[in-house]
Amino acid sequence: MSAGNMHIKLKVWRQSNTNKGGFEDYSLDGVSPDMSFLEMFDVLNEQLIEAGTEPVAFDHDCREGICGACSMYINGRPHGPLRGVTTCQLHMRSFNDGDTIVVEPWRAEAFPVIKDLVVDRDAFDRVIAAGGFISVNTGNAQDANSLPIPKEAADDAFSAAACIGCGACVAACKNASAMLFVSAKISQLALLPQGQAERSIRAEKMVAQMDAEGFGACTNTGACSAECPKEISMVNIARMNREYIGAKISSTAV
Amino acid sequence: MATSSSLDAKIPQGPIETKWSKYKSSVPLVNPANKRNLEIIVVGTGLAGASAAATLAELGYKVKAFCFQDSPRRAHSIAAQGGINAAKNYQNDGDSIYRLFYDTIKGGDYRAREGNVHRLAEVSGNIIDQCVAAGVPFAREYGGLLSNRSFGGTQVQRTFYAAGQTGQQLLLGAYSGLQRQVGMGTVQMYNRHEMLDVVNIDGKCRGIIARNLITGELERHGGHAVLLCTGGYGNVFYLSTNAMGSNVTAAWKAHKKGAFFGNPCFTQIHPTCIPVSGEHQSKLTLMSESLRNDGRIWVPKAKNDTRPGNEIPENERDYYLERRYPAFGNLVPRDIASRAAKERCDAGYGVGTSKLAVFLDFAAAVDRYGHGEANKNNIANPSKEDIITWGKAVVKEKYGNLFDMYKQITGEDPYEVPMRIYPAVHYTMGGLWVDYNLMTTVPGLYALGEANFSDHGANRLGASALMQGLADGYFVIPYTIGSYLAKEIGTGKIPTDHEAFVQTEKEVKDRIDKLVSIQGKTSPELFHRRLGQIMWDKCGMARNAQGLKEAIVEIRALREEFWRDVKVMGTTTEFNPELDKAGRVADFIELGELMCIDALTREESCGGHFREEHQTEEGEALRDDENFMFVSAWEHKSIENWELHKEELIYDNIKIAQRSYK
Repeated sequence: MSAGNMHIKLKVWRQSNTNKGGFEDYSLDGVSPDMSFLEMFDVLNEQLIEAGTEPVAFDHDCREGICGACSMYINGRPHGPLRGVTTCQLHMRSFNDGDTIVVEPWRAEAFPVIKDLVVDRDAFDRVIAAGGFISVNTGNAQDANSLPIPKEAADDAFSAAACIGCGACVAACKNASAMLFVSAKISQLALLPQGQAERSIRAEKMVAQMDAEGFGACTNTGACSAECPKEISMVNIARMNREYIGAKISSTAV
Repeated sequence: MATSSSLDAKIPQGPIETKWSKYKSSVPLVNPANKRNLEIIVVGTGLAGASAAATLAELGYKVKAFCFQDSPRRAHSIAAQGGINAAKNYQNDGDSIYRLFYDTIKGGDYRAREGNVHRLAEVSGNIIDQCVAAGVPFAREYGGLLSNRSFGGTQVQRTFYAAGQTGQQLLLGAYSGLQRQVGMGTVQMYNRHEMLDVVNIDGKCRGIIARNLITGELERHGGHAVLLCTGGYGNVFYLSTNAMGSNVTAAWKAHKKGAFFGNPCFTQIHPTCIPVSGEHQSKLTLMSESLRNDGRIWVPKAKNDTRPGNEIPENERDYYLERRYPAFGNLVPRDIASRAAKERCDAGYGVGTSKLAVFLDFAAAVDRYGHGEANKNNIANPSKEDIITWGKAVVKEKYGNLFDMYKQITGEDPYEVPMRIYPAVHYTMGGLWVDYNLMTTVPGLYALGEANFSDHGANRLGASALMQGLADGYFVIPYTIGSYLAKEIGTGKIPTDHEAFVQTEKEVKDRIDKLVSIQGKTSPELFHRRLGQIMWDKCGMARNAQGLKEAIVEIRALREEFWRDVKVMGTTTEFNPELDKAGRVADFIELGELMCIDALTREESCGGHFREEHQTEEGEALRDDENFMFVSAWEHKSIENWELHKEELIYDNIKIAQRSYK
């Protein structure tokens, strides 16, 4: 590791049951460019504990960019300045010595703040529970190779399925829309032959749940896709709209 | 230390090929009306937990599922990269259930149970079928059929994959099945909840005490059976490839309430991880074993060679795995590849600033794939630059996300210079001892997936963890749990006002209050780091009696210091990650002691357990089958006091031999 000689100033959102929220200023010395952004927060927290102050709460788990837990809004961008990178994979070499970095939680009505930088993303789970699946009980499957799937369809489904459910799309959107997240799941399953049986009802139910959760509408700005750490494409939103309209025309259900 | 009569693995009688099918057709069933009245608690929502919870709910049981993360989709199974094994023989390369069974037993260095492993191989094909049906987008060939690749310790291509994100796709598949049941109301999901103890009534497990991590509230949950699907304990080493939250607490609480702990010293050090870069490092990142399909591992032939890898000529490189193990080459099992890397670095041939790294090089693969592309497109005499460009494109398609991750973490471009890698703690073969039914020594308490000890012996083969997690959850527990629950249909709802619940909740609360009341000087994080250092130095890739004895003394002192000097900020009635962490570190400290005791007791080398005193002249692990062909199952008696029970291992279907990959 190169010598830890960066000096960083932080403005961090602090909020709790007893504190409605506001920015606190912190100053950190000895930051190494090889440190990850979250490791920089670990150092901050050690420093706060040392000083008898409560450490900053933030969500994180795998620290390798795949679990989707980390969720910091850094200098006005979810997951910070790099394209296609989660906060946990962001390193301090992406910042300059002496920088002031502003860190906030995801901001959306559907994602209430629990504490500091931690938000409640249960709404995503409920949207999946509404229809983001193929109804196949264990034990009913045919041989996997009895259903050839063109490589292109499998690859496109995989690209949509790469979504990590972090919520950056919602945080990036001026309307706090969840269209990119919802469309990624609808697309994945609509592209595969296994998903055809429930194709219409899935689109209807997931969109209905998305609306019920209080996410905003989509105005095709594209911030969601630009900020998505997995670079999920806007094409999915177009496909979801097609799926939804198609479903609604013949709908008897929702 | 005699074999205890309580350690009956309950392996069905009969030939190995028919044990499971005969078991399935004779196991007692529970009728649908009764299932509705039986409650099952599932702790952990990784591959094992999510698949078990969904499947049991489909069968009609009432299920409650718990995870400490903010969503079940974040369980650490999600980070598994390379693939999942199945004996489908789609490649027509001679694979079979027997071969997968044989490879797994051999890979585990003859320390796994035949009956369980054969069952695992039998259901492996069903897992792929199930996952495809649920919409998992596995990699496919142009003809539309599933693609396979090789993993370590095998000579067939039986690994199914989805780029370098197989765990993610499988977990999201299992998660969507789980959410379907949540939506139907058959599973009640409790996220941001941590299990802090099991509750036993009259010798049976009857529920858990869980803590709501947002409010700090303690909750009592009753169930007719409790399934621990809580993963492994690699984070006892502080630095590992596990997620930051991965912990042993649930398994450890169960252990202290009567569940024996099997082979705790069997831990897997994965050979291909990104080397440690500095003291602030919080975790290590794996580079999938699949990279060893195409990457060649080497060190310079000269000591202290500081030239960049791509500037060292071919004849000055030592491809030490290919040299030592010509038959398997770069695809030897993980324990062997890890030790070989350590051997080279210890001998002074390591690379990078720390000298604790070896090269993983794709130049040969780029060249080979580049020529392949030229042939495919009928291009005669392609330029060297074109070959490299095409070759890189193929490598990118196969491993792109891994290369990007490497570049992001190290700041180096692996398409241009060889990757630097070093072994890191990755997986724990040890875990709660379970019988053939996956039941621990506490009736009604089960352990699935990495949390149990059962299928991988002393070393797990690559792409077998996903297989085991889903096998246990989708295809084993739904059958085996019936043999217990069939006798529980008359029990009625479990009363959570029972004295045992009251008492256990009080114990949990007292411990939490104690943690915040100490107000010492040292954070839980620093205790964790110190524990990790002891474990890595003395109970890591190589162990010896002297070091292990020292470690036991040091860990006991650390435990004493922890309970005197830990500093936990915040209160017990709010969202408080520091408090969660403190409790987990306290449990890791106790586990660390048992791991060292187990490693000290096992006077042989096998798989990932390498005792320096026991090696061949060539430095390979030297087993002692006469004295140690058993599972160590430890019973917790009191603090610093365990009793060893042995389950003898019997090999009727495989001829045991010294493991050779030469």
